[in-house]
Formats: sequence, structure tokens, C-alpha cells
Amino acid sequence: MSEEQTVTAPEPKAPDQPNIVRTRGVKKIYRMGTFDLEALKGVDMEIKRGEYISIMGPSGSGKSTLFNMIGALDKPSEGKVYIDEVDVAQLDAYELAWLRCRKIGYIFQTFNLIPVMTALENVTLPMIFAGIPTDESIDKGVGLLERVGLGGRVQHKPLELSGGQQQRVAVARALANDPAIVLADEPTGNLDRKTGREIIELLRELNEENEVTIISATHDLKMLDVSDRILWVQDGKIERDQKREELDLDVGQLEHDEENTIE
Amino acid sequence: MSTQVATVGTIEKQISLPLTEAIKIAFRSLKIRFWRSLITIGGIFFGIAFLMSILTSTAINGALLEGGSAQVRALLEQKGTDAEAGVQQIWLVTLSLLVCAVGITNAMLMSVTERYREIGTMKCLGALDKFIVELFLLESAFQGLVGSLGGVILGCLFMLLSSMSSYGTEPISVFPLYSVLEYGAYSLGAGLFLSVIGAMYPAYRAAKMPPADAMRTEV
Repeated sequence: MSEEQTVTAPEPKAPDQPNIVRTRGVKKIYRMGTFDLEALKGVDMEIKRGEYISIMGPSGSGKSTLFNMIGALDKPSEGKVYIDEVDVAQLDAYELAWLRCRKIGYIFQTFNLIPVMTALENVTLPMIFAGIPTDESIDKGVGLLERVGLGGRVQHKPLELSGGQQQRVAVARALANDPAIVLADEPTGNLDRKTGREIIELLRELNEENEVTIISATHDLKMLDVSDRILWVQDGKIERDQKREELDLDVGQLEHDEENTIE
Repeated sequence: MSTQVATVGTIEKQISLPLTEAIKIAFRSLKIRFWRSLITIGGIFFGIAFLMSILTSTAINGALLEGGSAQVRALLEQKGTDAEAGVQQIWLVTLSLLVCAVGITNAMLMSVTERYREIGTMKCLGALDKFIVELFLLESAFQGLVGSLGGVILGCLFMLLSSMSSYGTEPISVFPLYSVLEYGAYSLGAGLFLSVIGAMYPAYRAAKMPPADAMRTEV
């Protein structure tokens, strides 16, 4: 039980940081044959630079759709998404690619490493896309892999690494171009409890060290007590916007319940 | 502690990738799927070997009719062989090359489907559509090059040997090196062209794939 307490609750972040993500009346409508499915029904929210945000919600709640909007991976049917106060809808393909390369780092549930490349090559790939010279990108890639605790596995292929190690490579890759935002989609979804906790701690540390904004879609209740803020998505809307301090009591209870059900 | 400054509203344009990087990545993708790319290479290999054998036999027969001994010329005329490829042969070659191109398209489409997530991930990491197209065309062009080169050599050797079995050493002494080399270059070009044409639609489809697909877990 003592090991479970190692994630220390952080100090609340200064509220005077600029907005890194802002949405205004975001709607997304999918055409499903004869009827329209409204996946998002008007979402307004702000995320400050340096925050650690969890987006919680059941599948089908519109969580993933909202996530794709924030990540500039999809465009809203109505409304606006601003990343670093730039309207994403106004960007052309080259600017979008630049945004994805430099401003946002992505972490996936299924790790999504390129199987033919070594850990180091996976980490340097976004730097190659950014036009950084090879020597520089290798130095930085090795540094990042050391930072996530994989200094000795630089030349391993993804299949030679465990799930937790693969996700660490993915974290290093997400940080390759010093993004302002790291977007993580269920980063612990394919990991066991202990490994999942390690990844969450790593993300929290990186959030504090680099002041990188972390936005994570998750079901994982362990994620709640490191988050500064939790956005509960339900039925295409943000149902609740909770700060961590408002939540401490509930989480203890939830963690307790979770342990009872699993062990 | 922080190295980031609030740089509001600075979005630049993504740069294109150096060709050498694309070649490296394409080559590795082929290496990891060695046996399957070998099958694709096999398709183009036999197609081009057929084309080259027809062209070589035409060239050798032409040279024999011109510079061969009276005996060989008589044999050739008796068989009714002339220095031009027949309509039927051209038709067969065209068909086999078409089958070849369709085979390449099929193999590349499979390769795209298989790598949906990989392509989406690359786009999330900042790859431009152009780069994805480049990657697939390079892969296919490389397969085409290896297959055609093999096909040219096999087709040429096979026809030379088959001609020698009928006319002894004479095909070697009159061997039309320049026209065979010229035909070889044409065949190589045809193989390369077909592999690039065949890969165009798959590459386009890969490039147009939305990056959000990489995020989806159920693929």
C-alpha cells in the first residue's frame, strides 16, 4: 500500500499562465447514412500552459472526438479551436504538419512506435521531420532516452522492449521537438498497474521539469490524483470541470474501490 | 527552469524531408518485409524477363539473318522467322506487363493497409503528405529496379542459350550487343515505369489518410 502513495500531489499551478488550448462552441457532426450524429454539442474550455489535464468520460461520450480536435487531428463542424491562440481551421497542410511536429507531442495507447526502427531512430524521427541535423538529433535522442530511463536500450527495436519500455520510448519521442503540449490518449490503457503508474509519474515529472502541458484522455483513476484539473465529458459536452483539490476525497475512495475489485 | 517562452501565434511551414532520409526509411521497410517484397519483385521479374526475351530473340534473329552463315539463314527462313516481333507476341507481352502492374498495385495497397497506423503516426509526428507519397513510390521503384534488372539478365541469357541450342555458336559471334543493351535499357525503364505507375494510387491513398486514425485503437 505504501508504494501506492508515491505520487505526491503537486502544488496548484499559477492561474495567470496564457491559454495553450481554447475552444469556442466546438461541435462535431458525423453523417451516419440518413441521420446526423452530434458527437460534440458545443464545447467551451480553456487549458493553461503547464497544466496537467485529464479528460475523463465513457466511450461514446465524445471524449476521443474532443481529443482529436485539441490535437489538430480533426476539424470541428462548427466553432473554433485555438492552439497557442492560433485558429487551427486557418492553417494550411504545411502549417498543420509544422504544428503537429513542433507544438504537440502525441502518446498513444498502443505506443505506435515504428517497428522497423530502433528506439533511438523512433525518437529522432520527429527531429528529422523538423529538419534538425543528424548529429544534433542523435545527441538529443540519447539524452531523452536516458531521461525516461532507457539509456541502455537505445539500439533496441520496439519488439525487443516490454510494453512499459515501449511507452517510455513513445514519451521520449513525444518530447523530441520540445512541444508545448503533450497529448496522451489512454497512455496506460495497455499497461499493467505498476507500469502504468510509472508512466504517469514520468509524465508528471516531465510536466514539472519542462512546464509542458499534458492533456490526457483516460479511464485510469490513478491519473486523477496527479492531474491539476479533470474535465468530465458526457454526451458531447463537458459535464464537470473539477480542480484536483475539489476531488481528493473521492479519489481515495475510488482508488480503494479499484484495488478491491482488481486484487 | 523553463526553456519555453510564450510565443503566441508563431506557426511556420513544415519543411520537406531530404531524399536520403526517405530512401533510408523506404529501404528498411522493404527489408523488414523481405519475403513479401521478393514476391512483388518476382512478378515484375518474370514480366520483364518475358519482354526482354522477345526483344532479344528478335535482335539475335535479325543479326543472324544479316550476318549469319548461309546454312543458318536457310534454317531461319525455313522456320519463317523474321526480324520483327509478331503482333501476337506484342499482344502477349503487353498483357503480361499489365498483369504485372496490377500485381504491384495490389501488393502496394496491401502494404498501405497493413501500415495504416504507422502512416498515421508519421503524420502525427509531422510528416507531410508528400513525404508519405515519396516513401511508397521509392519502395515500389526500388522493387521495380531490382526485378527488372534480374528480368533483363534472365530474359537475355535465356534467349541466347535457346538460340545457341538451335544454331550452335553462331549467335555469339554475331551477337548484337548494342541493340540488346538498348532493349535492356528500354525493359529496365518499362519495369521502373510500371512499378511507379502501379504504386501511385496506393501512395495517394496512404497520404490522404487522416492522422486521427493512428489514435484509434481498434484497427
